[in-house]
Formats: sequence, C-alpha cells, structure tokens
Amino acid sequence: MLAATPEVANGDGQITRVPRLVIHPLWVRLQHWINAVAMIVMIMSGWQIYNASPLFDFVFPRSITLGGWLGGALLWHFAAMWLLAVNGLIYLLLGVATGRFRRKLLPISVSGVLGDTKAALTGHLSHGDLSTYNQVQRLLYAGVILAGIVVVLSGLSIWKPVQFQWLTAIFGGYDIARYVHFGAMATIVGFLIVHVLLAVLVPKSLRAMIVGK
Amino acid sequence: MQRIRSLLIPGIDKTLLVKDATKLMPDLTRRRFLSAGASFGALTMLTGCNVVDSDTAEDLLKHVSKFNDAVQAAIFNPDTLAPTYPESAITRPFPFNAYYSLEEAPDVDGDNYRFEVSGLVDNKKAWTLKELHALPQVTQITRHICVEGWSAIGSWTGTPLRDFLKLIGADTRAKYCWFRCAEGYTSPIDMPTALHPQTQMTFKFANEILPRAYGYPMKIRIPTKLGFKNPKYVVSMEVTNDYKGGYWEDQGYNSFSGS
Repeated sequence: MLAATPEVANGDGQITRVPRLVIHPLWVRLQHWINAVAMIVMIMSGWQIYNASPLFDFVFPRSITLGGWLGGALLWHFAAMWLLAVNGLIYLLLGVATGRFRRKLLPISVSGVLGDTKAALTGHLSHGDLSTYNQVQRLLYAGVILAGIVVVLSGLSIWKPVQFQWLTAIFGGYDIARYVHFGAMATIVGFLIVHVLLAVLVPKSLRAMIVGK
Repeated sequence: MQRIRSLLIPGIDKTLLVKDATKLMPDLTRRRFLSAGASFGALTMLTGCNVVDSDTAEDLLKHVSKFNDAVQAAIFNPDTLAPTYPESAITRPFPFNAYYSLEEAPDVDGDNYRFEVSGLVDNKKAWTLKELHALPQVTQITRHICVEGWSAIGSWTGTPLRDFLKLIGADTRAKYCWFRCAEGYTSPIDMPTALHPQTQMTFKFANEILPRAYGYPMKIRIPTKLGFKNPKYVVSMEVTNDYKGGYWEDQGYNSFSGS
C-alpha cells in the first residue's frame, strides 16, 4: 500500500509524502461494474424492442441488439431491469448516506464547468488527483445519475401505464413517456461514449475503478 | 378448424410473413430465440462466460419471466381502472395487427357461431351470437397498448366478462379463463384480470358491429393487458386451474403482460 507514495505540496509549499488513498471504495467499484453489465444488457435489448415499433426513421442494426427478436429482447430487458433497479437504488442510498455524492459531485457551477471545459479542450486540465472530480466530471456524473433515474422511472411508466398511471401522467402520457425513455437512453449512451473514451485516455482512472486507487 | 389453422399458422406464406411480421416473428429457426449477432462477444467478455448461447441463460430468463408474472399479479389492483378518453381521442383508423394479413384473418359466420364454455362452470351451454348480443352492454374508450410499443385509443362495447362469469356460474376461485379463437390462437387470462370491471366481451367497435379486422364476432377487450392478451375471433372459454399456455406466451412473451 505504501509502495506508491506520491509527493504533494502542502499549504506551506513544502513537499510531503502521503500514502496513496483509496479513491473508490469497494462498494462503488462493485456497483459500478454491476451497473455497467445491467446498462449494456438494458440498452442492447432496448434497441431490439425499439425496432418492433420505431419512434424515429431508423432502426438499430441487428448486430448490436440483444434478444434476437422482440420476445427474446423483452425477456432480457425485464430480467436485467431488476439488476439495474436494485443495484441503482442501493447506490443512490449509499451515495447519499455516506455523503459521497455531496463530497464528490458538489458544488457544480456554470463558471466552473465552462472553465474546466476550456481547460480540457486546450489540454490544461489536470488529472493528477483522481480523488477530486473536476467540474465537467461532476456535471457528467451527476447528469448521468439523473438520466439513470429518469430512464428507470419512464420505463416503469410505460411498463405499467394503468397500475402506475400517475407516473405515466408525470411523463406526459404513454406515448410521450416512450420518447422520454428513449431520450434518457440516448443521454446515457452519449455519456457512455465520452466516459469510455476518457477512461482509455487516462488509464489510471480505469485502474482506480478496478483496484480502488 | 384444423384446416383453417393450418392455413393461418406461419410458414405457409413466407413473403407475407416477412412483410407483415418480421418485427414480431422469431427467427425461422425459432428454438434459439435468444440468439443475436456479433454483439454477444462484448457480453461474453464482460461476464467471462458465454451467457447467451447457453440453455442455462434461456432457462434463467424464463424463470425471471415467471417471477415477473408473480410480481405483476401482486402489483395488479382489481380496483384500478385504465384511464378512459373522450370520443375525439379515438385513433382512426384503428390499426389492424396480427401475425397474418387481414385477408387471412378468420371470416366467422355469425349465424352458425357458437361461443362454447367449458371447465369449472355450472352452465356449459353454448351461446349463439343473438343470445350474446341480448346481454347488457357497456361502452369504454380506452388505450390499447401493443407489446411492440405502439398504442391506439379505441371504443369498445360489450358485456363485462365478470357479469357473464357470474351468469354461467363460473368458479371464480379458479386461476384462469383460457380463450381459444377461430384461427387457433389461444391465450390464458388470470382470474383477477378476468373479473376486472373493464374486462369485456366485446361485440362492437366505435358503436358498429365488430368488423372482421377487429375480431368479429367477439373479442375479449382487456385494457389492463397488452394487446396480444386481447384475443379476437373468440370461439371458446375454459375456466381452469391449469396453465394451458398461449400462442405468443409459448414463444416467450411474458404471460401476465399487464399494463
């Protein structure tokens, strides 16, 4: 554990050596990867379900869908939903209870996001300290958590538009809720592309999500 | 009946099948209904095992689907009514949807039609269309939601199934009402849903006698279930404790499929 002790400057400008701290506790790492599997199954089977009655003028190629046909995709979708929802619920509870969300994701400011976006695009954004998220990360992580909540609730509203009709009404009725569900999925897929790309560009962040530091 | 069925069950007219039902129908090699394309490489990589091509995965998914039946039965509130709509909201034209074309849909002769009742009921008499039409009728304007995702609002008129079940002395403690249709289509309906106030033996669409497209002479309209659980061209009902399966249910659609 003490093998890697990076040097950091303290407030007085002196160099001290501190042990490398755990960035992601075990529960975060476990839930992250469970969520990754659940999300991918949900998205790929969801694309197959979408193809049965497309909302837009395109369908997803069969090669990137899961389930083979509508019935198979529905089986996958309604099985993985339990993994996604239960894992997600525990994650939200722990994120709030442990103060991790508040510590890691707040505050987010417009000027901070703009400043860090500019720094990132000009190559000046530091990745030295993985334990502190920059403003762009905070916005994206908070945003994708929100999109995850919307995708689950809108999904629930189109699965049970009679029993949970109050929820369906919140999303503007059955037909509009389908677009909300699609939009939340698209947001998550957009995040996923950026997320995976950056994890590849900064491999130590991937390492931190696997071994914790 | 068997002859009609053999004409209508997929496999006869492949071009039509492809045109009308590619999005619905399983692969022609139906057994492996969970298979798909190259994307499984990713899943296999993630999970470290070949989850997709194994029978274990298929069994697991079927078990979860049964679990989901139980969850939906628990969620189902017999007093929760499906939202109703004004006449102006009716979708026109209301879509025809089946695993066959309209030309291939059953063309039932109303004069010789008999609705047969069997199983756990006191009175097993068969009903003529005239007798059925004489029953008290109500109208509902509700949303029909297809398993494919699309929805349409329609106006259906007929007799609440629960009134009919009472009339024939059905054992409403039984688990299912199992419906059979002119083309051989079948679907089991759980008893709590059969007793729901909006579950209806439907004889009219938009105040007109059901056209062939919508299931003449009788459709079972259930606004708390997906469209494929709303059988058309219904010719018989069996009240039973046995799960007898259904056309789509047997191919993998979730059996409860409640809305």
